[in-house]
Amino acid sequence: MAEPKGLRQVRLKLPASPQDIAALQLGSVVYLDGVVYTAREGVYERVLVRGEPLPEGLCEISNANFHCSPAAALEPDGSYAIGGVTATASFRFSKYMAEWLDRTGTKIVIGKAGMPREDYQKVLSPRGAVYLTTVGYGTGALLGRGVKRVREVHWLEELGIAQAMWMFEVENFGPFIVDSDLAGNSLFAQQGDLVNERIARLYDGLKPPALHRYGETDDRKREVM
Amino acid sequence: MIDNATIEEAAYEIMKKAAIDIPEDYLEGIRGMVDLETGDLSAFVLKAMLDNYETATEDRRPMCADTGLPRYWVKVGDAARFSGGFTGFERALRAATARATHDVPLRPNRVHPLWRNEHNNNVGINAPEVEWSFEPDVDWIDITTVHKGGLFGTDYRMLFPGDGIDGIKRFFLDTLIAFGKRGLACQPAIVGVGLGGSKDTCMQLGKQAACLRAVGDRNPDPKIAELELELKELGNSIGMGAMGFVGSSMVVDCHIEVGFTHTGGMPMSVHTFCLSSRRATARIAADGSIAYRSDPQWFTPYMRRETIEWPSQRALDKSA
Ligand code: SF4
Repeated sequence: MAEPKGLRQVRLKLPASPQDIAALQLGSVVYLDGVVYTAREGVYERVLVRGEPLPEGLCEISNANFHCSPAAALEPDGSYAIGGVTATASFRFSKYMAEWLDRTGTKIVIGKAGMPREDYQKVLSPRGAVYLTTVGYGTGALLGRGVKRVREVHWLEELGIAQAMWMFEVENFGPFIVDSDLAGNSLFAQQGDLVNERIARLYDGLKPPALHRYGETDDRKREVM
Repeated sequence: MIDNATIEEAAYEIMKKAAIDIPEDYLEGIRGMVDLETGDLSAFVLKAMLDNYETATEDRRPMCADTGLPRYWVKVGDAARFSGGFTGFERALRAATARATHDVPLRPNRVHPLWRNEHNNNVGINAPEVEWSFEPDVDWIDITTVHKGGLFGTDYRMLFPGDGIDGIKRFFLDTLIAFGKRGLACQPAIVGVGLGGSKDTCMQLGKQAACLRAVGDRNPDPKIAELELELKELGNSIGMGAMGFVGSSMVVDCHIEVGFTHTGGMPMSVHTFCLSSRRATARIAADGSIAYRSDPQWFTPYMRRETIEWPSQRALDKSA
C-alpha cells in the first residue's frame, strides 16, 4: 500500500451512517467495506426519465453510488469475472444527481474528478451527501482487487456491461480521497484555486496569437466541465 | 511464410500485455517524478499508481478498467510474406480483439456513436483502427496495440508561422491546463505534439508521438529534441500535478513529430497519453517466431521520410 504521507486514513462501513459521513475530512484517504452500486447515464435515464422502478431493496443495501463501468465478462457458468474497476468522469451526470439522491437516499457519490463547483453546495450537502474521488484515476487493478463478489446486476441485457447497474460486495475497497464535506467544501475547488493563482505568469512574455478563436473562452481559470 | 494463426496469437498476446503490464520506460519515468514531487496529494496519487501497476502485474488484471480505444499499428517489412493476405491479416486482428476482450477481460468500450449499441467485444464499424506502414529491407512484421484513454487531453489548433515557438508554447499550456484541471487527462503522461501536415496528418503525428515513442527517446533533429525538453519543463512548471492537485508532475516526457505543411500555416495537435500508458508490440519473424517488447520503435528513418529516397528506392532505380 502507498504510504499516504501526512494524509489521514479512514475505513468506512457501508451503508455509511450520517455520523460517519459527517466526520469525513477533505483530503482523507478512505477504504470501503460493504456494498457499492454503479449507476451512470444509462441507469439514470431508465429510472428518472423512463420511470422504471429501482431494483428492490437498493436503498437498504447501499448508499454509495459509484460512477463506474467495470471491465467484466460473463463466464460460462453464469458468474462474472471482474478485472479492473475504474471511475468515469462524474460531471457529466450533474443534471441527474439531485433527483437521484432524493430517490435513492444515496449519501456517498464516488467517481472521477468531482462535480461542477456549484453542485457541492446546491446538490450534495443539502442532501447530507459527500463526494469521494478515485485516485489517479487509473487505479483499476487496486479497486478490482477490492471487489469480492458481484451481488446483483441490473439492466445488463438492455444497457450492456458498461452501463448496467452492478452491485459489488467490497472489502478494503480503495483508495479514495474525500473531495467534499457536508458544509459543501471541495478539495478539487480549493486546489484548483491554488493552481489558478499561478497560471497567468506562465504566459508572461509569450506574444499573443495571430488568430483568436471565435466563441472560445479566454478565461484560463475556468474549468472545462 | 507467416500464417494467420500466428498473427492472431501475437495480436491477442499484446492486447493482454498492453492492458496489464505498464511499459518499463514509463514506469521509470513515473518513479523519477515521485521523488521530485513536492505536493503531498499529488505524491500520494503517484504512489498509489505505482501500487496499482504492481497489483495489475501480480493479479494479471487490467491496470485501468477503462480500456480506452484498443487499436493497432502494423509495420510490414518489404520482404515479409504472410499467407492470409491483407484482409486476412485484419480479420486476425479483429478476432484477437474480440477474444482478448472476453478473456482479460477488457471493458467492451466500443459503441455506435449514435445508437450506442455494442457488440460487447470492442469490434465494430471502423473499429479497431488498423494503421499500416512499411519498412524497407526487412522480412519481419511488427504489430503494436495501444489502448489509449479516449475522452480528454487532446486538442488541435491552426497556428500561423508568425506565432512561432511562443504560439506552440501557448497552445501546449492551454491544453495541459484545460484538461489537467481535476486530472481529467489522468496526468502525468507522455505528451505528443504533432506539427504541420494537413489537419488529419497533424492529429495522427501527435497521436503517434504520444503513443508510439518511449520515454527518453528524442527526435533526431537536435533543435526539435531541444524543444521537446523545453516543453516538458514548461508543463512541469505549471504548478499542477496528478488529479489537478498542487504539484509538479504533468509531463513524463514530450515527443514532437513534424510533417511538411501549407506555407501559410502551422497546425498543431496535442495528445496526452495517460497514467495507464498501455502499449505493447510483437515482432513476428519470417520463421513465425514471436518476440514481445513495450517500445513500438515506430519512427524509423523511413517512417519519417527523412530523405526523398532510401536504399530500396535506389535499388529500384538501378534495376529500372
Ligand atoms: S485516461 Fe485515466 S481512466 Fe482513462 S484509460 Fe487512462 S488512466 Fe484509465
